[in-house]
Amino acid sequence: MPNLNRPVSSFRKLSNLAFIGSAILASVVVLAPLVAIFGYLVMKGVGSLNLAFLMHLPKPVGEDGGGMANAIVGSLMILGLGSVLGVPLGIGAGIYMAEFGHGRLVTLVRFTADVLNGVPSIVVGISAYALVVLPQHHFSAFSGGVALGIMMIPTIARTTEEMLLMVPNTIREAALGLGIPQWRTTLQVTLRTASKGVITGAMLAFARVAGETAPLLFTAFGNQFWNLNPNQPTAALPLQIFSYAISPFDEWHRQAWAGALILILLIVIAVSAVRVVTSRGTMANNA
Amino acid sequence: MVGQTAGVKPFEHIEVPHIELRSSRISKLLDVLFRNGLLICALSILAIMALFFYELASRSQLTIAKFGLHFFVGNTWDPVSGDFGALPFIYGTLVSSFVALVLAVPLAVGVAVFVTELCPRSLRGIISFTVELLAAIPSVIYGLWGIFVLAPLLRTYVEPWLAKALGWTGLFDGPAYGIGMLAAAVILAIMIVPIIASITREVLVAVPQNQREAVLALGATRWEMVRMAVLRNARAGIMGGIILGLGRAIGETMAVTMVIGNRPEISKSLLAPGYTMASVIANEFSEASDDLYLSALVEIGLALLIVTVIVNACARLLVWSITRGRGGQAHA
Repeated sequence: MPNLNRPVSSFRKLSNLAFIGSAILASVVVLAPLVAIFGYLVMKGVGSLNLAFLMHLPKPVGEDGGGMANAIVGSLMILGLGSVLGVPLGIGAGIYMAEFGHGRLVTLVRFTADVLNGVPSIVVGISAYALVVLPQHHFSAFSGGVALGIMMIPTIARTTEEMLLMVPNTIREAALGLGIPQWRTTLQVTLRTASKGVITGAMLAFARVAGETAPLLFTAFGNQFWNLNPNQPTAALPLQIFSYAISPFDEWHRQAWAGALILILLIVIAVSAVRVVTSRGTMANNA
Repeated sequence: MVGQTAGVKPFEHIEVPHIELRSSRISKLLDVLFRNGLLICALSILAIMALFFYELASRSQLTIAKFGLHFFVGNTWDPVSGDFGALPFIYGTLVSSFVALVLAVPLAVGVAVFVTELCPRSLRGIISFTVELLAAIPSVIYGLWGIFVLAPLLRTYVEPWLAKALGWTGLFDGPAYGIGMLAAAVILAIMIVPIIASITREVLVAVPQNQREAVLALGATRWEMVRMAVLRNARAGIMGGIILGLGRAIGETMAVTMVIGNRPEISKSLLAPGYTMASVIANEFSEASDDLYLSALVEIGLALLIVTVIVNACARLLVWSITRGRGGQAHA
């Protein structure tokens, strides 16, 4: 800060103070909902969490107890199907953009990926319905996986691209100079060097779609019973939270909070794991 | 036996270059396959976008043919008699998104400015991480919190006060339900702050440091420095962030569906229940029994797709135009 001897007028001083005050105030107001949401989740969720919640099927209206075991397993199944579709396609597209990234086609793909990222999840849901459910004539975990997989592709593609672009060109040249073919250079040298970042991107995409509800409404649809067949309607944690939250029963509200706590724990663990991994990565690079 | 193996060995030696030749041909083939495989992955992104448009456009032909542009200006939504006008939903989407922006933009820009220009280095990471966490909360959990915490809060404290203080504007008329347009806008605002804040932060960081130093050296206060050197240079990028936030608000479904009240009416009052394009799809799609009804809902989805693609394309172009210089330097 330059220390000027010229007096600063009181108006300028005041407006400066008002500016600093309002910036601090804005930060506090933004952080407040986060504290409130997590506070309520823990407060209301912990009380309703028990082993039965994690192990049992939902009970009919009016009966206490029961759980969301089928929804937890169903969510994992749908997310697994989505990852099988989204991760390879996303990483492949990212590699193409980074390694063969010249010309109009790549710019167009990059731009489309960014725009696709902003397409509302409900629109993805209708499209997956039209693409998979209508031809099959029934709801299924598979169609939910297609919807979530599609949502993962642009995120993973863009982060993979960014991570690969950070790999120095000399490493590629060294590998190619040893006579290693392009495909092995890309997979075993370039991609491997950037693997930490690529995994981070995939995990973040996973965490992002893990809480998606709208794309599953008319694809996975939900189910009150056990189902491990990917070709049948399947329960999912976000769907269950939604239908319990808008129901008029206190017992179901209680369970919605418990389900929300489980869901957020899943996501927070994924996101913080990513944080730990990436910060270790930069430390290792600095050393 | 010994003679036989001795006889085989030189034969193998002769074949070695031949094998290498073949393997290099194979590896060339593999290179071509690899490259084309990746190309297919990249093209899948374009294909998905094209499929979205094709599927939605072809499945909404019935209502496009029957109602034409009247679909977007009619305000009766009557599935029973087969009369569909989407105006109440368009109105609800526009109003809730607009009010959310009004609430979110000052807060988001404030946080971004605080993090980049004012706050001590030790706090910087914590605040950014917390804002990122806010973006990671699923929409259905925002909705749950909205129903059981935010709506009662609005009903008992905020809305009666607003009605008393600002009732003369007509924007806060009628009974305070808690659930309604205002609740939806507040939830949306909380949800889009992280997007606007993170883009704004990115753009502010891209403003060259010597611009700040130059203005400070002229004797400016912090506020004058931020206003003249930082915000002025970053405004196009901030605009991009705001438009991205708008895109998210327009398409947001679950949280809004849970707190807006889901009544297809156009009301001036923000306390009244409303309905949005995304939430009508979420609520009615699986019970749409006849083809015309389904086609009407798909057409709303198509409109949503077109609007969000345009909005996001504009935002990306703006943000790219600002951060490209910095990105180019980083990659060079």
